[in-house]
Amino acid sequence: MRQQWTWTRYLFLGGVSGLGAWVGLLLYLFSLGSAPIFAAGVPLLLFVAVPALHGLANVERARAGHLLGTPIPRPYGPARRGLLTRYADMLSDPANWRDVAWLCAHTVYGPAAALLSAALWSSAAFGITMPLWWAVIPDHLAGSVFYGISVDHLSGALLAIPAGVAIGIVAWLVTRPLALGEAHLARWLLRPTTKARLARRVEDLTASRAETVDARAAELRRIERDLHDGAQARLVSLAMSLGLAEEALQTDPQAAARLLAEARGSAGSALTELRDLVRGIHPPVLADRGLAGALEALAMQSTVDVEADLAPLGRLPAPVESALYFTAAEALANVAKHSEATHATLRLHRSGGSVHLEVADDGTGGADIDRGSGLAGIAGRIGAFDGRMTLTSPAGGPTVLHVELPCES
Amino acid sequence: MRVVIAEDLALLRDGLTRLLTAHGFEVVAAVERGDELVDALLTHRPEVAVIDVRLPPTFTNEGLWAALEVRRQVPGLPVLILSQYVEALYARELLADAAGGVGYLLKDRVGDIAQFVDAVRRVAAGGTAMDPEVIAALLARPQRAARLAGLTPREREVLALMAEGRSNGAIAARLVITEKSVDKHISHILDKLGLAPSSTDHRRVLAVLAYLNS
Repeated sequence: MRQQWTWTRYLFLGGVSGLGAWVGLLLYLFSLGSAPIFAAGVPLLLFVAVPALHGLANVERARAGHLLGTPIPRPYGPARRGLLTRYADMLSDPANWRDVAWLCAHTVYGPAAALLSAALWSSAAFGITMPLWWAVIPDHLAGSVFYGISVDHLSGALLAIPAGVAIGIVAWLVTRPLALGEAHLARWLLRPTTKARLARRVEDLTASRAETVDARAAELRRIERDLHDGAQARLVSLAMSLGLAEEALQTDPQAAARLLAEARGSAGSALTELRDLVRGIHPPVLADRGLAGALEALAMQSTVDVEADLAPLGRLPAPVESALYFTAAEALANVAKHSEATHATLRLHRSGGSVHLEVADDGTGGADIDRGSGLAGIAGRIGAFDGRMTLTSPAGGPTVLHVELPCES
Repeated sequence: MRVVIAEDLALLRDGLTRLLTAHGFEVVAAVERGDELVDALLTHRPEVAVIDVRLPPTFTNEGLWAALEVRRQVPGLPVLILSQYVEALYARELLADAAGGVGYLLKDRVGDIAQFVDAVRRVAAGGTAMDPEVIAALLARPQRAARLAGLTPREREVLALMAEGRSNGAIAARLVITEKSVDKHISHILDKLGLAPSSTDHRRVLAVLAYLNS
């Protein structure tokens, strides 16, 4: 029943947008035809007709996508600068011409389907309530025929009831294919072509690859600097202390002992710095125990109370494990630093060919990917694996970070 | 005292052997692989084993697995695990059998030879030697931090040193107080945490570590 209503409503609104489609189509054809002739035609086309076309198509994408349960992506490329460039882009972009093709089809299908549906439902309602009409307005029904049944007397009016029911059944059966037909037509014409999808994918991959390369280069620079300023400097100072101690050994044994103690201190500091550096490159516990074990260790270390719910996934590809580990580490660090949370949960599981990681806290919320380089870094890292990151953090909390990485089992 | 060493890097293996021999230990075996380690420990039954956590063939936590495996077969066989980094998670696994005779230290600590030799002796005697970093991580855990809030700063210091496995005398020397006041601090701490006083130092340390780990 509710579905019948959903389909019928879809058809009725389709009728309305079908009427809008007439306006859009005429406007588009007029400005397209006038553009080569009048100077004003180009801006009219680019700033009125094309946005109207895209607007109508986007409304239909949303409507049909909702009805079919799978969103229909928009196929348009990014707008470039320059009037003539955009004019040329518009003429050469197949997405525009497919929109126009849909618009032509919709000017006919939309109103026709809406009218058919409206006619069937209203006839059914009229037939079923015929005796009522006969009783109230008999004069208007004089000589009237309802689907071959003369209804100017009571028996005819009663006979119209089964006829109305029959029409209702027809309407019931026809609504679904009509609505789905309209939606499928829209999807077929309005979704990006395979070629456009591939082109978009190549663009995305190029961007994420560049990001990955940049991130790697920055990471290597950081490691180089850390080694240079940290462990290397400590070792130099260690060598110096040892050299001085060697000289002082005969003349001033007390000074030699002091220098040796200094040397040991330098060695200890160098080890601490190297250890921290190694943790940042590839945490040893991740190599030892895999993702679930490393996340458990991470949860234990956190200064916030972390409840870990980790499904044993077996070993994943090392880069995936590393990306998920650092995501969790960054997220938990953020929880500890910014959220004022007392409790956090860390979840890891696999479903539908993807690994899901979720970090949630009961803090004050208000986290934003664009503020704070940490989260942007995570997003870049996840993007490199075709993963998706979503952050919901309303002011007042709670904050939930969800990461999904495709990963065949 | 008979000791088995497991360390894959020759430089460090020789260094450890030299260091321990110089302090009166007898190194009965020095192995370089994890799979040889279990055999060596079961054959020689040393009084203490000093084990690098990362060993061939897998170069992960082979040494830890070997130690846990041997202690399953020979409960309480004293093991001191050395590592370039410490994880509270591994400390928990080592302490899980509550048998004592367990050490878990950063490799850096070998640099302080007197302390290191003391730790090896302590573990050999059935005691505990936990790295200060492990203890710091355990004390910082939120569930603990709330309940430890009732301790005075001095009592927290004593608790940390006690959890590392140090004797009352060592704690007194370290904090420059008398052993008597250490005793007093400890009974206050056990009281506040609701832990029963134990007959021996080792039992008490294990109880404290179990408390911190729970």
